[in-house]
Amino acid sequence: MTNPYHVVVCASVVPDPLQTLEPITGPSGPALKNEMMLPAILDPWASHALYEGANLVKHIAGSKLWLVSMAPKAKLQQVMMTVAQKVPLQLVAVDGPSSGFADAHQTAHALAAAIRAIAGIDLSRLLLFGGWESASRSAGVTLQLIGEELGIVDQFQGVDAITPQEDGSFEVLERVEGARHQVSLCAGPPAVLGWATGNLGEPRNDPQVGMANMRTIMPALQRATVASISADGMRYSNVATPKQQRQTRIVKELPAEDIAREIVQWITQE
Amino acid sequence: MATTVPKVRSETLRTLPDDNVRQILWHFADRYDLQMLVQSAREVARGPVARLVSEGSRGTHEWTSKKAKLLEAFDQSGITAVFMDPEHGGYLVGPKNLALALIAFELAWVDAGAATCSLAGCLALAPIHERGTPEQRAHYMALAAPPAPGEDRHTYRGAFCLTEPIPYVGVDTGMLSGKVRITEWVDGQEPLLHVEKRGRFITNMGFANFVTAAVDSGDDRIKGSCMVIIEESDPGVFDRGTPTRKLVHQLSSTCDPIFNVHVPASRIVGGYTIKDGAIIPNYSHSEVIEAVFKRTRVTVALMTSAKLLSAVEPIIRYQRGRFRGSEQAKPGMLRYELGLQQRQDALHRLANLWAIGEAGAALGFAAARLYDEIDPLEREKDAILAAKGIRGGKAQLRFFRDVDQSALELLRLEATAEEKRNRDVYDTLKNDRLVEFALKDAVANVLCPAAKLWNTGTGANSMREALSLMGGYGITEDCPGFLAYKWMDSQLEATYEGPEAVQRRNLSVTMTNELFLAQFRQWIAEMRRVAEHRPGTGACTLATAMQLWLWTYRHLRVTTDAYGGALYQSARQGVTFPLADALGWLLATRQQTLDLIELEAKGPENPVLAEGLASTLGFFTDLCHIQAARAAGEVGRICAELVFGYNRHPAWDDEGYKGCYQSDELDSLEGLIPGIASCATDVVGPDGSHPAKAGPCASCQGLEGFQRLRSKLDGCLTGAQLAKDRLAEALSKVMIPEALDYPR
Repeated sequence: MTNPYHVVVCASVVPDPLQTLEPITGPSGPALKNEMMLPAILDPWASHALYEGANLVKHIAGSKLWLVSMAPKAKLQQVMMTVAQKVPLQLVAVDGPSSGFADAHQTAHALAAAIRAIAGIDLSRLLLFGGWESASRSAGVTLQLIGEELGIVDQFQGVDAITPQEDGSFEVLERVEGARHQVSLCAGPPAVLGWATGNLGEPRNDPQVGMANMRTIMPALQRATVASISADGMRYSNVATPKQQRQTRIVKELPAEDIAREIVQWITQE
Repeated sequence: MATTVPKVRSETLRTLPDDNVRQILWHFADRYDLQMLVQSAREVARGPVARLVSEGSRGTHEWTSKKAKLLEAFDQSGITAVFMDPEHGGYLVGPKNLALALIAFELAWVDAGAATCSLAGCLALAPIHERGTPEQRAHYMALAAPPAPGEDRHTYRGAFCLTEPIPYVGVDTGMLSGKVRITEWVDGQEPLLHVEKRGRFITNMGFANFVTAAVDSGDDRIKGSCMVIIEESDPGVFDRGTPTRKLVHQLSSTCDPIFNVHVPASRIVGGYTIKDGAIIPNYSHSEVIEAVFKRTRVTVALMTSAKLLSAVEPIIRYQRGRFRGSEQAKPGMLRYELGLQQRQDALHRLANLWAIGEAGAALGFAAARLYDEIDPLEREKDAILAAKGIRGGKAQLRFFRDVDQSALELLRLEATAEEKRNRDVYDTLKNDRLVEFALKDAVANVLCPAAKLWNTGTGANSMREALSLMGGYGITEDCPGFLAYKWMDSQLEATYEGPEAVQRRNLSVTMTNELFLAQFRQWIAEMRRVAEHRPGTGACTLATAMQLWLWTYRHLRVTTDAYGGALYQSARQGVTFPLADALGWLLATRQQTLDLIELEAKGPENPVLAEGLASTLGFFTDLCHIQAARAAGEVGRICAELVFGYNRHPAWDDEGYKGCYQSDELDSLEGLIPGIASCATDVVGPDGSHPAKAGPCASCQGLEGFQRLRSKLDGCLTGAQLAKDRLAEALSKVMIPEALDYPR
């Protein structure tokens, strides 16, 4: 079978999507109202990457999985109480902002440094996983920038599957238009894979896995390096949440065919 | 007059309290194992459990295949294994009371029936865990743990069978109809027993593989009662019985089973000894039950509190959105933005129920933590007593008389200035594990029934109020947060594992323990100290209410009623039970205040909380204040009724006239003391005429101490309504999520 992979999943925390997200202007630029106090979750896009990474590692003997995450340490610890129960992992914590308005270049630089500093990592075996988007601001650039910093030129975005081959190469499915996938064959690691949803469901919480993970997660949080991400030179001209659209008509006794036709028309309109 | 808190706080509560706040309040911020457990239980509660409720699975009392899926969810999420020690397939080391309490809280946040379903399995195992032989523990605990990866077996599930059809065991656990007899006893071999038992309202019975059943001896060769373990494969009848036609807790299976089986004597929980040709169980059924219930009742208490706190968010959302969509409420208008929260009553009532939920949760979790402390102490105590050869309840009681005296001495020394203490004696007593056990046990014996009684009883009343805050929506199946179900369920929580009368009876005994009362006196001083530094908490009000309660108790112990009957005595439940009710208010509110202090102390250590800590503390301070005022009101009313209510009211007779002024007498006195007539309330005319009322006003001779305290207590309510106004303001501004996070 193939050579083992060193899978690094980059994932930050985002406010629980059920919370009220209200942009405000803080002392260092745009922020969300009460952001620190809102319950947080692991970024859903990156979560898919984590589950896929864990699955890959489970099936390729000798492979390893690290979760590299930059967020306020206390916030990250709280999120780990759930994430740690999902899959076996080793956490590399970077104490820094998790706000969607943090500079992606500086964030990528800090994360790349944290990845390089992982003891025992073989960058030639590296598969850098993350979300192709983010639930915070959907800039979707941080992962690519980390790849650039680490000199990884094989980058895939919108990934839904990775299939290792016998010769050490792997096949990647990337989402393209029209519900189709683009199939690529990559000669081997290192590579960057920005995941879409993948194919795996969210694993159930398993406290036994959590207890095992926590033996390394708590020390990792304690020795988290501090990343100072500056807002200097950054300027957001406008910040707003997507507008909710609600156009309601009450029409009685409309045939199902007409309703369907109207929906299709609405979907296909510009 | 100066006030210590502002009319409006500069910062009001920003968001609803999250896990960071709760972990500190309930003292598990340093326990990541419990934090993970909470997340795990929450996922089950807000996922599979909530989906079952919303799909209508509560519509039947039958145990269905859909409901059975819950058991798998419990297994997979680690809920089932929480009760087990690691050597038996569990993953938590040490006592589990707080862990089980947190699971109950999380599950009941969505549906208390699911919580009951989960906890009933623990209840079945508890007799084995607490009093079982090592072999019984190893066997059944391992079987009840979910299979490890690669293990091919199913999880063994249990039911606890005590309650029997009327007129047998129920409220009175001593009236057992179930019998155990010896059917075969070959010399040198283990006796074979015949167990007959009919159960009623037995939880988990629809799927249990084994049952721990309470039975009495029906054979001269078996002494006393015991608990036995029955398995579904035992020869004889293992009839699960008909499902109980209950209206509540529909996500748990409840049946009225019938057992008529043969089991080996090794199934007697805790084993037995043979003496003079008779089997003597090592533990009677009541000894086993006592050890079990005093722990498990705490988790039930927390269910109702969880539901109250869970009601806050849906109520706020309903209140705010009440008029949205109407022609008269356009965005930007107050009616649109605030809805019902424009009006004070909706907000004040919401604040009341939130405060009761907080107080109940504080009390329940404090009791659970205390049992976590007591568990290892109790094992040490058992070992010490065994080493001393002290066996049996009476011998233990005799032994503990001396220990209790030592504990009282320790409390006396603690109340003495440090420089005046006998250091050696103090150190010796402080390090004495038996003394520590006696002190904690005395408190736990009060906190457990108090939590079960107060949390469920007051909680059930408050849940009704919660429903009323949702209008007609509240009593529909569609009500967000399933509030109607939660309200109905709370009646069962107030009933099972010992209904309110049992808890009152229990409390009316344990609260008279001098060891408890001595600590209670210390708590009064503690609340005064809290009040000195945190005047807005209502701690001073609470301290005065505690004083009043203590005064009343002492008074009732030595006073008789109008006919010479002793007041505080076992049979006089009209005296003892209300006093027990009053104590519940005090204990819950005290614990709520202590938790606030914990948040104040530990909150700054958590950077996530730092940003909004001041506003959170301010809000919780005001919650404590209104709860203290409410407790004071309840205690004042109850105590006044008891202190005055047993005296005969004076009548317009010769005896009554003795305490009245005669009108001519008053006229002459008026000449000497001008104005005295205006102070006289009861004046009798020369023709015997008197004011139109029931009789002369009752004399308060001998009750001046009470009156002073009562009057002081009324004054202590100063500021409480201002706190409520601030809470109302905060509730109308707090940021809530866009939608409820269940069903997921």
